[in-house]
Amino acid sequence: MNAVHARPSPLPLELRDVSFAAGGVAILSRISLTLGAGTRTVILGPNGAGKSVLLRLCHGLLRPSAGTIAWQGAAGRRRPDAMVFQRPVMLRRSVRGNVEYGLKLAGIGAAERRAIALQRLEAVGLARLASRPARRLSGGEQQRVALARAWALDPALLFLDEPTASLDPAATRLVEAIVQAMHEAGTKIVMTTHDLGQARRLADEIVFLHRCRVVEHAPAARFFAAPTSPEAAAFMRGELPV
Amino acid sequence: MSERDAFSTALALIGGADPALWGIVGLSLAVSLAAVALASLVGLPLGAALAVFRFPGRGALVTLFNGMMGLPPVVVGLAVYLLLSRAGPLGGLGLLFTPAAMVIAQTILIVPIVAALARQTVEDAWREYEEQMRSLGATPRRSVATLIWDTRFSLATAVLAGLGRASAEVGAVMIVGGNIDGLTRVMTTAIALETSKGDLPLALGLGIVLIALIVLINAAASAMKAVAQARFG
Repeated sequence: MNAVHARPSPLPLELRDVSFAAGGVAILSRISLTLGAGTRTVILGPNGAGKSVLLRLCHGLLRPSAGTIAWQGAAGRRRPDAMVFQRPVMLRRSVRGNVEYGLKLAGIGAAERRAIALQRLEAVGLARLASRPARRLSGGEQQRVALARAWALDPALLFLDEPTASLDPAATRLVEAIVQAMHEAGTKIVMTTHDLGQARRLADEIVFLHRCRVVEHAPAARFFAAPTSPEAAAFMRGELPV
Repeated sequence: MSERDAFSTALALIGGADPALWGIVGLSLAVSLAAVALASLVGLPLGAALAVFRFPGRGALVTLFNGMMGLPPVVVGLAVYLLLSRAGPLGGLGLLFTPAAMVIAQTILIVPIVAALARQTVEDAWREYEEQMRSLGATPRRSVATLIWDTRFSLATAVLAGLGRASAEVGAVMIVGGNIDGLTRVMTTAIALETSKGDLPLALGLGIVLIALIVLINAAASAMKAVAQARFG
């Protein structure tokens, strides 16, 4: 069932000179970026820097105004990427029904759907709630259902848009553990956050966005030790607890 | 006969299983339920599609359906009458003054109600679902089906609103049904006729049954909503 390893990888995902504007206002400007396999990429930046828009462009929910976004690796039958949003959207059905939904769309048969869904729910620690109505769960549990739903699709790349922004510390830890488990199972992770602590815990590399542009793209250790751009340095000073 | 006597006689008719009264009630329900079933078959997917698909003229269509929720039944009756009358385009079918004609008229009357209410319900859900469903790879067609299923309890209230409208209207069924005793006489047309004839007990008895039905329908609608809210959030 862990087809990630068996399939030839569609990665890297390459962005060339990608710009995005809405209503005449530039949101992202000439972004060139290569998202390679294996690493956990964390996109950092202040509010309004364009982090969420960048993820939506990569995931295909928005179309760039200019530039190209393309998978450079092997083309598969199924969509190679999945996304988890800041606020999980639960369909009005059971927890298991939610996890199975994406598999159903992918044309997977009922028995296999059920098996995969239960396995993923087990992995996120929610197997015992499988038959509960998903919308009655707590915010943290819903976000874990959303992770199981994305994971069930065995994506080569998972986008996460501030997945813990509205969660308490305990729920945040559980979500981070699941992201870590997916990473270890071979899924490329691309996540936005404005939480520096989380970035330190999870990132292998940092993409720092500031005013519509990528200001810095560096290995996490180097970025946190000595950011080369004054914008990143200022951001870190501002955000760190005194 | 005094009004007081009329009332007690009416209650006796209801309680005494008067065949004339219950025959009329039965036909009313059969016609209105058939119309609601047909209208739902057309109106629910139509409303849901209108909520999800984006195309030129969509706004005009939404306005049109909203406006048509208040179609005057007599005008719909007249239009269907013209269609089905011997000289009309569908006159050959011989449907005028049959229950089928009444079903057709009521269906036309309530399709806009079901479609407009469904559109509103589904659009609200779609606003919440859209990004997530596109992310999971749902086509617009598939989204329509999913949204109808996911909002089924709210949509049931749209259907029940249609049923309430159908069972309470008199103008359309009067014109295309003709209020023929034992054949096309329903509650509303019978009330109109019996009142003008002065047979108050039957009119009153039917009136009580009709109001009870409509109250029941509305109670069912709100109960369903409450249950769904508790169960699915």
